[in-house]
Amino acid sequence: MLGYIIRRILAILPVLLIVAVIVFLMLRLSPGDPAAILAGDAATPAQIDRIRTELGLNDPLHVQFITWMGQLLQGDLGTSLISRTDVWTMIERRIDPTINIALLTIFISVMLAVPMGVIAAWKHRTWADYLVMTFSVLGFSIPVFVIGYIFISIFSLQLRWLPVQGYTAPSEDLLGFFQRAILPALTLATIYIALIARMTRASMLEVLNEDYIRTARAKGVSERDVLFRHALRNAAVPIMTIIGIGFALLIGGVVVTESVFNIPGIGRLTVDAILARDYPVIQAMILLTAGIYVLVNLLIDLSYSLIDPRIRY
Amino acid sequence: MEKAVQPASSSQWLLGALSLPRRWRLGAAPIIAGLLLLAIVLATLLAPLFVTHDPLAMEATKRLQPPSSEYLLGTDPYGRDMFSRVFYGGRVSLLIGVGAALVSIALGLIIGLIAGFFRTADAIIMRIMDSLMAIPAILLAIALVALSGASIGSVIIAITIPEIPRVVRLVRSVVLSAREEPYVEAATALGSSMPKILIQHLMPNTMAPLIVQGTYICASAILIEAILSFLGAGVSTEIPTWGNIMAEGRSYFQLNPGLIFWPGLMLSLCILSINLIGDTARDLLDPRLKKREA
Repeated sequence: MLGYIIRRILAILPVLLIVAVIVFLMLRLSPGDPAAILAGDAATPAQIDRIRTELGLNDPLHVQFITWMGQLLQGDLGTSLISRTDVWTMIERRIDPTINIALLTIFISVMLAVPMGVIAAWKHRTWADYLVMTFSVLGFSIPVFVIGYIFISIFSLQLRWLPVQGYTAPSEDLLGFFQRAILPALTLATIYIALIARMTRASMLEVLNEDYIRTARAKGVSERDVLFRHALRNAAVPIMTIIGIGFALLIGGVVVTESVFNIPGIGRLTVDAILARDYPVIQAMILLTAGIYVLVNLLIDLSYSLIDPRIRY
Repeated sequence: MEKAVQPASSSQWLLGALSLPRRWRLGAAPIIAGLLLLAIVLATLLAPLFVTHDPLAMEATKRLQPPSSEYLLGTDPYGRDMFSRVFYGGRVSLLIGVGAALVSIALGLIIGLIAGFFRTADAIIMRIMDSLMAIPAILLAIALVALSGASIGSVIIAITIPEIPRVVRLVRSVVLSAREEPYVEAATALGSSMPKILIQHLMPNTMAPLIVQGTYICASAILIEAILSFLGAGVSTEIPTWGNIMAEGRSYFQLNPGLIFWPGLMLSLCILSINLIGDTARDLLDPRLKKREA
């Protein structure tokens, strides 16, 4: 098991290295010069060139890449070209809202989607099944931000139950946090629920046809135990896999949701950096999100053996 | 599940499917979806014949008007007619959807065939594909558009690149299982050249799953275009798309929700029908999945 974990962690490194190369090349080979943006409209070519030398942009590409890698290995993500602050500090300041809302989203999604999928499979080809499937297809078809605006218009503008936008930290005011975080979390959860419910249903349908389910029913196990102890546990591996794959959707959704609800998180930070061509921030954020994605999926892979004792590494 | 018996006329079939809930999934839904999509495509293509205003003409005195008999869906913040913008916007959104689907399938097919057939190339290609998949699609797409400048072409490319790895994996897996088949061995023994084996014997196997994948890419491309515009990395509003009409309306959302609602509705109906058609195609083309459903 330990050997397997170490091999898997080592296998992440080349993936992240290639991500770094892709991001680096994408930024350096695209037209547009961050030095010119920094220097402003009135700058002379000589001034721009001085800034380029200062930033190391006049070095050959491979030298720039190696310098960047060297900094990364020392835990230095670089300094923003625009705000001149350390990228770690920028992330630290803005990561709280993103993590809190993402955790709330994952909690809501799994708590709603798994029972939805189980019921849809259990009541296969009845109205309950069609309802879940309809929700699932709709969830894939409506853009995240439209869902966000629909929620705002119903719950904040019409019913006036919740504040419109913004963010309150849970440490300051727990109730305030939930009031402001519930709509973004629900918005973000819609597509995630659609994805997980659909996979849960498909996986459960397959398992419910197995002989051991018939045996369990025959020996008088209650229907709830049949579904949740016998069937769901055996159907869990594909569900876990889709939760991991869907994590990428979640990261993408965070970017949009933070924009709709005016939440100062790292999604907004990334988009603002991209639009402003703040190279060090873009590089760091894309590498970081890719790293988180790969790590989440590794953890999920490793958890398979906890759910299903037949899987050994 | 029993196969729907197809009566002589299609209208009878539609009625029959509607009255039988058990056939709902394979009966009425894809037909309604198909008709809806056809209606949307025709409406956007034929927009010049029925819209009453130029979608780009600004009227400073008529900003943010409510719906009226002159402006059926009201006007946008620049006094442009929403009704005609919504229909003209569909043209570009659909073009981006179809374009992204075709380009990613074409490139993914070529790369996937190579990866599936040549073992040495496989390892390198798949590592690159794994890495591309680790970058969230939306971030990669925004970065590509923001860096290369927003035109219809660059938006299509930006949406295509994150989609390619999925197509490559699909094609590669089909090729890997097909290359061991006796007919490929026979072709090799008969001295067929490598490109001929790839194109004549292996490529046809990939067609069915690629058609299904193509519909999903088309739907997701239309969605991603909307998100790109929304985040400020989309096509200029001189070329209306469903995405940038909504993006422009967001600041005035509280005054006139229709600015987001109407393009959002068109876009969602369009994606919904494409997804339903994709699901149906998948059920029909993949007997294994169909058995699972039954």
